[in-house]
Amino acid sequence: MEKHKNGFPVTHVLGFIMSLVLTFGALGVALKTSLPFTTIIWIIGSLAIIQAALQLYMFMHMNEGEDGTANTINVISGFLVAVVAVAGSIWVMSFGM
Amino acid sequence: MDINWHDLFIVGNPLILGSQIAILLSVIGIVALLTYLKRWKWLWREWLTTVDHKKIGIMYILAGVLMFFRGGVDGLMMKAQTSRPEMNFLDAQHYNEVFTTHGVIMILFAAMPLLIGIMNYVIPLQIGARDVAFPQLNALSFWLFFSGAMLFNISFVIGGSPDAGWAAYFPLAGKEFTPGIGNNYYAVAIQIAGIGTLISGINFIVTILKMRAKGMTLMKMPMFTWTSFIASVIIVSAFPIFTVALALMTLDRIFGTHFFTLSGGGMDMMWVNLFWLWGHPEVYIVVLPAFGMFSEVIATFSRKMLFGYKSMVFSVVGIALLSMLVWVHHFFTMGAGPAVNSVFSITTMMIAIPTGVKMFNWLFTMRKGRIEFSTAMLWALAFIPCFLIGGITGVMLAMSAADYQYHNTLFLVAHFHYTLIPGVVFAVFAGLYYWWPKMFGHMLNEKLGKIHFWLFTIGFNVTFMPMFFLGLDGAVRRSYTYSAESGFAPLFLVSAIGAVILALGFATFCYNIYWSARYADRNISNDPWNARTLEWATASPAPFYNFAKVPEVKTLDAFWYMKKHNEGLTLSDDEIKEIHMPSNSGLPFYMGIIFGITGFLLVFEWKLAALVAAVGIIIGLIIRSFDYNDGFHVTVDEIKETEKSWRSSDGKGVKNHVG
Amino acid sequence: MSANVNTALPLEYQTEQNRLNILGFWVFLGAEIILFGTLFAVYSVLNARFAGGPTPKDLFEIKDVMIETILLLTSSFTCGLAIYEMRRNNKNGLLLWLIITLLLGAGFVFMEVNEFIHYVHEGATMQTSAWLSSFFTLLGTHGLHVSMGIGWATMVIIQIFQRGLTPVTARKTFIIGLYWHFLDVVWIFIFTFVYLQGMVR
Repeated sequence: MEKHKNGFPVTHVLGFIMSLVLTFGALGVALKTSLPFTTIIWIIGSLAIIQAALQLYMFMHMNEGEDGTANTINVISGFLVAVVAVAGSIWVMSFGM
Repeated sequence: MDINWHDLFIVGNPLILGSQIAILLSVIGIVALLTYLKRWKWLWREWLTTVDHKKIGIMYILAGVLMFFRGGVDGLMMKAQTSRPEMNFLDAQHYNEVFTTHGVIMILFAAMPLLIGIMNYVIPLQIGARDVAFPQLNALSFWLFFSGAMLFNISFVIGGSPDAGWAAYFPLAGKEFTPGIGNNYYAVAIQIAGIGTLISGINFIVTILKMRAKGMTLMKMPMFTWTSFIASVIIVSAFPIFTVALALMTLDRIFGTHFFTLSGGGMDMMWVNLFWLWGHPEVYIVVLPAFGMFSEVIATFSRKMLFGYKSMVFSVVGIALLSMLVWVHHFFTMGAGPAVNSVFSITTMMIAIPTGVKMFNWLFTMRKGRIEFSTAMLWALAFIPCFLIGGITGVMLAMSAADYQYHNTLFLVAHFHYTLIPGVVFAVFAGLYYWWPKMFGHMLNEKLGKIHFWLFTIGFNVTFMPMFFLGLDGAVRRSYTYSAESGFAPLFLVSAIGAVILALGFATFCYNIYWSARYADRNISNDPWNARTLEWATASPAPFYNFAKVPEVKTLDAFWYMKKHNEGLTLSDDEIKEIHMPSNSGLPFYMGIIFGITGFLLVFEWKLAALVAAVGIIIGLIIRSFDYNDGFHVTVDEIKETEKSWRSSDGKGVKNHVG
Repeated sequence: MSANVNTALPLEYQTEQNRLNILGFWVFLGAEIILFGTLFAVYSVLNARFAGGPTPKDLFEIKDVMIETILLLTSSFTCGLAIYEMRRNNKNGLLLWLIITLLLGAGFVFMEVNEFIHYVHEGATMQTSAWLSSFFTLLGTHGLHVSMGIGWATMVIIQIFQRGLTPVTARKTFIIGLYWHFLDVVWIFIFTFVYLQGMVR
């Protein structure tokens, strides 16, 4: 949490470039390869999570300030509940088949 | 937009006609009384626009008690209908409506506001804060809750009540099988109240994390603060799921989508799945703050520090984690494979472990304590065996294979009443008897309190114990009648008699409120129970700024420590500084009304009108965005005046303890 | 609630109330993660239930999706630059980047609305199948959030013009920034698990 006096927003530009790389990477994996469906989903899903983490750290500065830890715990726990809801629903609604 | 005026008012049923007249008369009565006493301005200034957490808490409690009455009447009607075989008191449709509204109202509009109300009053005082983190948002929470509750409650006189059960399972709850507007009320009214609850959850998380008195580390927080904190975390985790589920229900019913329908590829069990993804955590949202209240009451009246504080905290956190992982046990009979049912059986049984830890902690707190049998303590004592029965039958139900036998029988109904009534209602009563002097500056009468206690506890057991056996004999829930040949009649009759005793207990409580407000001794100290936590360090009722000087916390049970070491109990004039407080605002009240109007129009599927009304919501948000009111400062003189009025007595002539 | 101002910190963190608001907003974002998570859960369960209607392969146009994605990604970047300028106490820089952000956001909403209209013309409405119900609801909720964000940020911009950079306006700007980045995070998952997944299947 610094007050910038002058300079160049390095992290922002870096984050933006990495986002673009990850987005087009996912696009390439999804449409230009002939991997099995589940493999593709795992790869592009992982890329999405990396990109989300990138946004949270490089753009949103999730861990800055006196409540950085609270923010981080909060976001991670929210994400875990979301994962439980998604994975749990898919599993249960498949009737466990 | 075809308006069905003939659907608007429910006619032709003498019971409902009676209620319509009663509602009309009481509205006229209240308006007339307020006008006669010239209290409109007072009402607006002191209550409708308040942002004071204490007044908001009291309004929550008042609303909760009213809703408990309404839900209780529903329960009595059900008990009257099933008291004899083939009764004709209610018809099948009316019975469906009554058990639906009973469930929704008791959980969402009685248990929730009673708990959030007590949290509102007590938490800021317990942690030594001047208010919650976002006072105006707190008022918004209340008015959204109230708006939702009122919208839900008018359903039975205007348009018809929801009738698909409190869980509103699809496909029954869909347009195809329930074409009226009743279930729209369910989808919309609960949504509005739910948004209010979610905001409350956020508010309390921030308040407890950021506004504790100096020195109060997390592990020095009172247990009620801890459990309320964790309950708030569960609110924020679970309520968004319900928000989505209800929104999808609204879309299905009003906009013709296919989420849960049988046609168009929809999946009815997905509703059940989402409902319980929220619904099970919801159980812990209501029961955890209740556990906290029992912890405070038991520690105070055993004159001992809470046993196993750390294990208590860990078990509360453990319950919170597990609460998100058990939802499928509500629909074992869906027919999922053995893997699904086994996993959720195991997670469900695991919940018994942290809960058991808590039970032992309470018992060990009492061990070798000097137990004082005040009314509040009696509720806590009765809670333990009653809740144990609820818990043990819960473990029985957790076995998915056995659940095929219990599912949808009265055994299940008895089980959850044995968890929710001791776990929540007893706690609310304990909390109200305990904190009443802090809220109103006078005690509730202990003698009436004990009559209330015995009637209620005996009535509760007589009502619900027979239902275990009825359920095992095969009596199903939600059935409006049964045949004489079934042999259920005697136990149903016993249960109905129990319900009357239960109702008498509640009536005694209401009378107690009235009696105590009129006749109770006002000359009590700020600490009548010789209690342990910070809320007792300030005046009763607490001044609007809570603490003239926020105490510094050194240990757990901070106030107890202050009393034992005679530290920080007095206040010298130079310690008093100006206090910054938030200003009142009419905006939350306006938002409650505009949300109510929008919701009402949506219930009747007048989409365009609802859209126009929704613009009012946006306008409210814009007004709030440009609101730069920064509150006001309380002058030192005013604080001095207020503090002198209760500190001057020096403990002489003040009755410390009634028991 | 006391106004103990700590000028060593950036403007938006200087007062206690500001710190409360920012933490509160993070908690709200936690709730939003779960809200969108639930919508994703619904979408994941229903995403192969076409009821004889169109399928993702019939509808999705990768070019349009990529334009939407890049618009939103870039807006998240410019929004970050806006906050960066705010911390340099450069009001004009802040306003410039913030307005660019909103224009990019408006472009995104415009594209999305067009996409929806196009689908409806092809006979793919919310009422067609469970898949389309969940598709329109998930994307509609996100789009509604973006639109709300544009309106909200406009209010904040007006207030910056009126009052300049104060702890209060800085806090409001910072919070709308968090919101905006968050919506981009949600879009990453929509892009991955709705569009790419739908086109691969």
